[in-house]
Amino acid sequence: MTEPAQQSETKAQDKGIEVGISKLDVERIEKVVTGVLKGETGARLKAYVETCIHCGLCSEACHYYLSHDKDPHYSPVGKVKQTLWEMIRKKGRVSPEFIKTAAVIAHTECNMCKRCAQYCPFGIDIAYIISVVRRIIHRLGATPLYIQDTAHSHSVTMNQMWVKADEWPDTLQWQEEEAQAEIPTLRIPLEKEGAEVMYSVIGPEPKFQAQLIYQAAIIMDVAGVNWTMPATIGWDNSDMAMYTGDNELMGRIKRTHFETAARLKVKKIVMGECGHAFRSVYDMGNRWLGWKMPPIRIVHAIEFYYDLLKEGRIKIVKKFDQPVTLHDPCNVVRGGGLGEKSRYVANAICEKVIEMVPNYEHNYCCCAGGGVINCGPPYKMTRVNGNRVKAEQLFSAKTKGAKVLIAPCHNCHSGLHDIVHHYGVGLDIKFFADIIYACMEKPEATEA
Amino acid sequence: MVDVYTFVSGPLAWAAFTICIGGCLYRLISLIVLAYKKERFIFTYMSFSYGLRSIVHWITPFATENWRRHPVLTVVTFAFHISLVIAPIFLLSHIVLWEEAWDLRWPALPDALADTMAVIVIAGCIFFLVRRLKLPEVQFVTTASDYVILAIVAAPFVTGFLAYHQWVAYPYMVIAHIISGEVMLVAIPFTRLSHMVFSPLTRAYMGSEFGKVRMARDW
Repeated sequence: MTEPAQQSETKAQDKGIEVGISKLDVERIEKVVTGVLKGETGARLKAYVETCIHCGLCSEACHYYLSHDKDPHYSPVGKVKQTLWEMIRKKGRVSPEFIKTAAVIAHTECNMCKRCAQYCPFGIDIAYIISVVRRIIHRLGATPLYIQDTAHSHSVTMNQMWVKADEWPDTLQWQEEEAQAEIPTLRIPLEKEGAEVMYSVIGPEPKFQAQLIYQAAIIMDVAGVNWTMPATIGWDNSDMAMYTGDNELMGRIKRTHFETAARLKVKKIVMGECGHAFRSVYDMGNRWLGWKMPPIRIVHAIEFYYDLLKEGRIKIVKKFDQPVTLHDPCNVVRGGGLGEKSRYVANAICEKVIEMVPNYEHNYCCCAGGGVINCGPPYKMTRVNGNRVKAEQLFSAKTKGAKVLIAPCHNCHSGLHDIVHHYGVGLDIKFFADIIYACMEKPEATEA
Repeated sequence: MVDVYTFVSGPLAWAAFTICIGGCLYRLISLIVLAYKKERFIFTYMSFSYGLRSIVHWITPFATENWRRHPVLTVVTFAFHISLVIAPIFLLSHIVLWEEAWDLRWPALPDALADTMAVIVIAGCIFFLVRRLKLPEVQFVTTASDYVILAIVAAPFVTGFLAYHQWVAYPYMVIAHIISGEVMLVAIPFTRLSHMVFSPLTRAYMGSEFGKVRMARDW
């Protein structure tokens, strides 16, 4: 009986991990691992580890496994074997080299999309187990460099992209002026106390996707939404600390976000087309802060557009005429049940929607989420090679006629972009807002 | 010989049942206490209806995506688990023992059916063994304990089958059967056979999370 051949790909070099493990020895690792396992985990991890019957039925849930010709190193349980089981078996006395491998596996070979939870007969939450491994890596100081940098940015600036305090309102003003060329009366209301909606975005929007704020402002304005954005910190709903296992920082970020909404006395927070941020405000961050459900109602962009279209507050002049296929992001569809609303929006704004298979909560992951794309360029090919199955799924939708891929999540968007390019799938990728903005009824443009 | 029989079917059986039931209760209660101490939110999110919805889907053959993807495994695992639980409880020879000891009785399965069920369990064990040896994704995560568990489960059925047919060394086979049955009972709470106790809980929790918070199907 021989073990399957080791993975042949060479693992990327990562300074965050390399420098991190250079400061470690077995004693220090033992202290941290047992500290986390004894101090921070409880009944869930115990039940998961002791109930797992090693049946391997989770394997086919994982896009990494499927994309690597069913190499068992990439199956969900295989990844747990190579990380947590070994730490438990050796009572934490593992080598720095082991931690390096564990860091790569936990941060770049699992998107924590929880598809495997739907395939395990016992409902074992393998993504949670991986998050425990990430927590251990975080406390050992061996988190991959790029994502650790975003966590540092959160810690210093309360946003993910080192956007400085003055750059934020400056960017909003810039987009307001741009949008006023289209609708002269348009405002991006800052600090409007008692507005119905606080609109929050992720750090990358002001940093390099400012047109998304422009589009959102147009949609808000035309729909007549009573909305505002904070001029202070708390505008960023993103959260990479959630994915590095820095739970304390996650709590700070979410507290700031919710408290900003509370200060503005808004009724709800509407967020842009982002998946991980939804997970953070709706599932993880709120719980860390002790809220069973978010303390202020959270409305994801998909649901927001659904409401606006259903209530007729925005009207579509002419439906988008290219056939589209719809990607179901894990965090809002498997994590928030927005599959139906997503289809309502797609059908309301597009002439033809072609389903990809599998879809809804069984959709294949984009391979970017879970902080994997945030681990940066060293792991780009980990993502791309790890998701060949997505390319095949997209090709299949394309052969049915799809020309455009709608991905209502930032991470999905960027990850799918890499996949579409690498495999030459040839689909144009869009957000819902791109299409709504292009197809909606707007007041007559005034010439300056 | 009679002495040995009296011992294994008397005090040793008492011990085995006590350890099995007591052990399962201990494991269950200590898990719940641990949850109460460190992860009390589990009780907050646990939902009876969504938990049950998830369990029902997973204990129904072919009701989940993954069962449908593995038709052979699904048939085997359901037949295996049903036989494993039903055959020992409703076997006439076992009921006779209960009647002698406690004056309890309940309807028995026809012997031929019970015999078939024993064969199903043994065949199931062989199927799982072959799966462990041959499928890379199973083999990769297999530990020695997995083989031990399979052996523990197979033993009472192999010996029971042989004892029933009285092919070889009947008295020894009966004693081996009783002892191996007792080993299995004792192993339930303290090995991964405890999935018998824990899996409804893990399933119910995931079902609750998916139903209540994530508003998605977990099957």
